[in-house]
Amino acid sequence: MFDEMTGDGAEVRAPYSDIAAWIEASGIDALRRHTAEAEAIFRRIGITFAVYDEGGDPERLIPFDLIPRVFAAAEWRRLERGIRQRALALNAFLQDVYHRGEILRAGIVPERLVYRNAAFEPAMIGVDPPGRVYSHVVGIDIVRTGEQEFQVLEDNCRTPSGVSYMLENRECMMRTCPELFRGGDIEPVDVYPEELRRTLEEVAPPACDGDPVIALLTPGPFNSAYYEHSFLADLMGIELVEPQDLFVDEGLCWMRTTQGPERVDVLYRRIDDAFLDPISFRPDSMLGVPGLFDAYRAGGVTLCSAPGSGVADDKEVYVYVPEMIRFYLGQEPILQNVPTWRCSHDEERTYVLERLDELVVKEVHGSGGYGMLIGPHSTAAERTAFAEKIRRDPEGYIAQPTLELSSSPSLAEGGVAGRHVDFRPYCLIGRTIRLVPGGLTRVALREGSLVVNSSQGGGVKDTWVLAE
Amino acid sequence: MLSRTAESLFWMARYLERAEATARLIDMGRRMAMLPGAYGQEEWRSVVAAAGAGAAFGSDDRVGEAEVCRSLILDEDNPSSIRACFDSARNNARAVRTALTADMWEGLNDGWRWLGGVEAETVRRDLPATLDRIRSLSALFRGAAQTTMLRGERYDFLSAGAFLERADMTLRLLDAKYFVLLPETGLLLDNRDRYRWISLLHATSAVRAFHYVYRGDFSPTKIAHFMILNAEFPCSLAFCYGGLRAALGRLADRYDARQDCHATVEKAVRQLQDREMDDIFDEGLHEFLLEALRLNARLSGELSRAYHF
Repeated sequence: MFDEMTGDGAEVRAPYSDIAAWIEASGIDALRRHTAEAEAIFRRIGITFAVYDEGGDPERLIPFDLIPRVFAAAEWRRLERGIRQRALALNAFLQDVYHRGEILRAGIVPERLVYRNAAFEPAMIGVDPPGRVYSHVVGIDIVRTGEQEFQVLEDNCRTPSGVSYMLENRECMMRTCPELFRGGDIEPVDVYPEELRRTLEEVAPPACDGDPVIALLTPGPFNSAYYEHSFLADLMGIELVEPQDLFVDEGLCWMRTTQGPERVDVLYRRIDDAFLDPISFRPDSMLGVPGLFDAYRAGGVTLCSAPGSGVADDKEVYVYVPEMIRFYLGQEPILQNVPTWRCSHDEERTYVLERLDELVVKEVHGSGGYGMLIGPHSTAAERTAFAEKIRRDPEGYIAQPTLELSSSPSLAEGGVAGRHVDFRPYCLIGRTIRLVPGGLTRVALREGSLVVNSSQGGGVKDTWVLAE
Repeated sequence: MLSRTAESLFWMARYLERAEATARLIDMGRRMAMLPGAYGQEEWRSVVAAAGAGAAFGSDDRVGEAEVCRSLILDEDNPSSIRACFDSARNNARAVRTALTADMWEGLNDGWRWLGGVEAETVRRDLPATLDRIRSLSALFRGAAQTTMLRGERYDFLSAGAFLERADMTLRLLDAKYFVLLPETGLLLDNRDRYRWISLLHATSAVRAFHYVYRGDFSPTKIAHFMILNAEFPCSLAFCYGGLRAALGRLADRYDARQDCHATVEKAVRQLQDREMDDIFDEGLHEFLLEALRLNARLSGELSRAYHF
């Protein structure tokens, strides 16, 4: 197993030399004290993550692990190229499937995966979003299994969340452990809101004739990511709006203000397609802004991300992303996929069913670490039950090998110990592509656990990219 | 600014003002119940009535310190309770996080978290300390707003809510106790009546201020004058209307538009300036108070219409 700090052996890897010295010099008690300070800061500013319907404190704190995860400059250069490449290909795919569908005609991606996908939005066919950008924030979940082995686990093209933790974790580290930053060789991440704002400004709709007015559309305070929504709106200096604050008139989108209606040009929406516009998407819904989609299609307002972007990020379409990179960009993929077996294929399903005790099986449309089977950690009864589910709905499942995710030194009960981590960078796509050097590292705090989701005992860490 | 933001700021200020006023009311009840010859239940009933929570108690229910504290401090199901007010204030604050400064949010969030963990037993054991803490939370929030908030439209909506609610609380306090202020009772002046008037001042934390202005003349007319017409006393009706007029005036200048609520508040301020306390007593204090409460409700409605919320 690869450890971020010690690699495959006991030597401290170069990027971690400062961290190793700091752990040594601080001692476990000081680390624990700093962790408590950090948690107090998070709780105080109200950075909580809402988990409803599970009992307990509805506003939970995501555990913060004090020990940063570090990328060397060279590692980041490679990751960056891979991330940009992937984000471009995913957008090209979206542009293609809502226009001529070349990749489907070429027989590279099966039509079924697109046209029978619940996230495919027929109303988007033929629509040209400004800059031909569909997914403006692409979150790519990356895991590491060796010194040179980075693999993509999943893409998030709709409205990936968690970037506020990237920003707050750094802020918190700088407050509690300022001595770590004295050398000045850690790339800052605090430009993210500015970069996001520029990205959104670049995709202003044709009807916008002045400085674009941008707003962040949130479902409201009861959404689990509400803190992030308000945090980003605040840092970008834009209004945080709920659907009831908006209306459409004469093909333009307006927000209700104390001085009457004000035009909105770009909506960074953190709300699902289904709740955007009851007229176009879900007639039985009371939520959303009636007429919003028509205004979007007519170029009166830009929606970021575009409706229907989810067709590029489900777990079965994922299998074809390396092909998309070759097809649209004529390049070889820099970041590899994790080998994936599709239960919709007879042969692959047979393979999966025979090896349930070794594989990880996931729901194609699932998220948040729910509804998955981790073979090596499962009981015979769980495997029998899962096999039945797969047979009943083969198209609903994919399987992957159980990866030995890299571990990173973390503060555990008995002291500093390795815990498995993943990594989510946030790539911004407007007229240009922007990528802040950093991202969110999630850590599975339970010993041996491979599930990093915050809803299942995962925590977060500050993530450093070292300057050249 | 979004209308919803204005609405949330307005109501957040109202709920916090109400929470603080309720804490002071309970403190008043506590003092009155300790007076020699206190009726106990009657005093606590007036507290409940002034807090606008009369509906929480039936006419046969026992209304003592324990019951009132349970209902007015911690009971989430009583919308007038301090905890419910903090919940509502925080919900409004959460909905407009970006409109608050970090100091304001943290002050409010800290208070809400503390109040959420307070147990009935703690309140019973140490009521004065609990009430002090609630008042200091409110003071902390107001102080944070004073020193950190931009003096823009957000501040104006926040002030408008605070002044309107404070005016409401003063009126309700007076209405619940107006019988002790009627001049006839002054004829039977005894120590107990005097204490009961003074208790009104306690409920607005103003005993010393009153003493300073009126040199210890604790007559009903003076006390009523202090609480209604004295434009220097921050809980008086005159002061609150003055503050409301200023906040609405700034909004009118900012947006370059005067509306119904501006005319109404102007008129309210002018009318108070011309009044004498004796006239109010002649016309009936109770009627005057009811009329003023109706005016407050009207102002609140006109304000929300003017700013589209």
